[in-house]
Amino acid sequence: MTLALEKPAPAPTAKTRTGRGRIWLILAVIFVLLAVVRAVASQPALTSSSTFSAMLILAVPIGMAALGGLFAERAGVVNIGLEGMMILGTWGAGWAGYQWGPFAAVIAAAIFGALGGLLHAVATVTFGVDHIVSGVAINILAEGIARFLSEVVYAGGDSGGGVTQSPPIKGDAPTLSLPLLSSGPDLLGDLESTRWFLLSDAAGILRGLTSGLSVIVIFALLLIPFSWWLLWRTAFGLRLRACGENPWAADSLGVPVYRMKYFALLISGSLAGIGGALLVFVANIYREGQTGGRGFIGLAAMIFGNWRPGGLAAGAGLFGYADALQLRSQAAVTGLLLLVAIVLVGVTVWQTRKGKLVQAGIAAVFAVGLFLLWLTVDQLPSEFVFFTPHLTTLLVLSLASQRLRMPAADGLRYRRGEDK
Amino acid sequence: MNVVRRVGLALLAPAIALVVAAIISAFVILAIGEDPLVALRELVNFGDNSASQMQAVAVILNRAIPLFLAGLAVSIGFRMGLFNIGVEGQYRLATIMAAWVGTAVVLPRPVQLLLIIVVAMAVGAIWAGIAGILKVTRGVSEVISTIMLNFIAIGLASYLLTGPFRGTPEGSLTVATEDLPESGRLPGLNGVMASLGLAEPRSELYGFLIPAIVVGVLVAILVKRTRFGFDLKASGLNPTAATASGVNARAMVVKAMLLSGALAGLIGLPDLVGDTYHYGTEFTSGLGFLGIAVALLGRNNPLGIAFGALLFGFLDRAALSLQFAGIPSQVVTIIQGTIVLAVVIANEVARRIAIRQAERTGANLPTARPVAGEQQATVAQ
Repeated sequence: MTLALEKPAPAPTAKTRTGRGRIWLILAVIFVLLAVVRAVASQPALTSSSTFSAMLILAVPIGMAALGGLFAERAGVVNIGLEGMMILGTWGAGWAGYQWGPFAAVIAAAIFGALGGLLHAVATVTFGVDHIVSGVAINILAEGIARFLSEVVYAGGDSGGGVTQSPPIKGDAPTLSLPLLSSGPDLLGDLESTRWFLLSDAAGILRGLTSGLSVIVIFALLLIPFSWWLLWRTAFGLRLRACGENPWAADSLGVPVYRMKYFALLISGSLAGIGGALLVFVANIYREGQTGGRGFIGLAAMIFGNWRPGGLAAGAGLFGYADALQLRSQAAVTGLLLLVAIVLVGVTVWQTRKGKLVQAGIAAVFAVGLFLLWLTVDQLPSEFVFFTPHLTTLLVLSLASQRLRMPAADGLRYRRGEDK
Repeated sequence: MNVVRRVGLALLAPAIALVVAAIISAFVILAIGEDPLVALRELVNFGDNSASQMQAVAVILNRAIPLFLAGLAVSIGFRMGLFNIGVEGQYRLATIMAAWVGTAVVLPRPVQLLLIIVVAMAVGAIWAGIAGILKVTRGVSEVISTIMLNFIAIGLASYLLTGPFRGTPEGSLTVATEDLPESGRLPGLNGVMASLGLAEPRSELYGFLIPAIVVGVLVAILVKRTRFGFDLKASGLNPTAATASGVNARAMVVKAMLLSGALAGLIGLPDLVGDTYHYGTEFTSGLGFLGIAVALLGRNNPLGIAFGALLFGFLDRAALSLQFAGIPSQVVTIIQGTIVLAVVIANEVARRIAIRQAERTGANLPTARPVAGEQQATVAQ
């Protein structure tokens, strides 16, 4: 009240239509680079349909966690507890899945995750606890709860589950493929096996993304544009985002800020939970430690995506790709070294033209180093491959984080009627 | 009067939180059809003779020492609003490097031990420093970078363990570094306990208890009695004011991360030099994350952190006996998680009551209105 520090309310993030064309250009460049590296390094796994279908399966859980993070942070609540909510989701999916099949698994996972979100909301919104603190506590708690529930429900029983895992999920969700192109005559498959430069690469990618898709994965994919519509095209979304940008202003306009944050965290938790369910489907069983930090990766993907649905999808895709590649072919990961080296050569040229010689020099050194590494190393140790996605996150963030903008009131404690 | 009230409130909050957590845990145990009183009995049952009681004390202390160090490491960052979530990775990497250096050379015992400690602290500091540097030069949130560095550190440690630093023969079941030579081991304190007329526990009480206490005292002095500690707190409470009074905020971030990482490097050492003598796949994990909880319990105060660590050690000790009594041992984790949540919520409520009271008493004095104080306490949480 006494502090006249009221910042002008930031305009609801204007969409940059100019960026649209550039994104396609970047995607096209990446595709051509991949094809070139595939051909030069003769690592067909780089653009094979199996890699890309694995990428989709691995990226979607991360994407769901990231989407969960998006809802929370757009409403102004930092959600480090995504990992914990995801753990709760995996447990719920395993428990409901073995009894009533995959669709029940998704619903149970969403409910379990939402309970985690509710806890986060009670702590941060009602009691005003620091968001990171509450999130960390939820992560610790969720791990304990999952193990505890397993001990109570599965241990000693004859269901086939144990202290660290559930019985297998009953049945599979139906899968769909693109008619003609990816199934039946499988034209894309034929094209892929020809190994024509660019053409068969494109065919491999398309076929990987369109064949044998589980309807649940399709549902999850559709949630991304749906979230965009909900957040940027509806009154509900506008109010939710107002809570993340300037809750004081939102309150003065009659937005029920506390309730909006509760909604956001319930959605956030259930999305993270669904992400957990999707992980359970990959293995067809709940296993302890199945999330393996993917909740955190989801958070990173969201930040990487500049708190936007499209961006976080790209981030999730990137991590999914790195993950899929290391699963499909460890040797192919070395191909990525060449790819990054080429990109860094591009950065060198670009920075030199901008006159930033120091940055150009650093990029050049790394490019040469990676190129030499690619020439000399046949296969990276599997432990290095394991953290490729995390290293990528770190590199991308250190290159790009200054251009990112988070919601203005993200992570701040908001008390109704009190000054900032 | 006011001071008494404030102190009372500060102590009352955690006490109420513990009671609430106990009630919630009791309901959880009831819900699975077990008797909470049995669980309580197992928690406080240290055995009927003095040897087994001392054994329980030793187990609790041995668990509390690393937790205390982890809590200290986390609290340094928390004091200035920096979240070092990467303590886990920092101590794992530091411990394996220290274990390797400790086997690579043989020096007189004090020098050897000092070398191990210095290496561990340096590795921890470097790893945490990366996050600090990324934050000040590239604006990367330390929360994300330390989480990513955790994964990278754990990957690196497992590469080093299975590759260059492996001390066990190929094909053997255990994967570990070579055992430290005699000069790299820190004798336990059982002899000291015996000379004090106490019964000797079966397990050796870690000798690292003493360095840990020294570190705790040093950290307490550093954060409470030195310019650095004041700057640390000031830049956490109000970065703008701190900068205006000549504190280099960027340098403080890096320094705080380095110090936090150096302390994190110590976490694995009590086990390494006092019990296992090697780093292997079985080495205690998860201490970094528990350290966050312990720091929260202790409200970033070294003495409070010691209490938090002892509480966690006390709960962890009971895990096995609970299992024997037919109660899932994970009840302990649930109790711990509930305590942490209850304590942070209680602290928050207590803080708000304190503000309310200050506002009421200060209503006549317009200058005393703690508008900025609100935000301060947030960061200090």
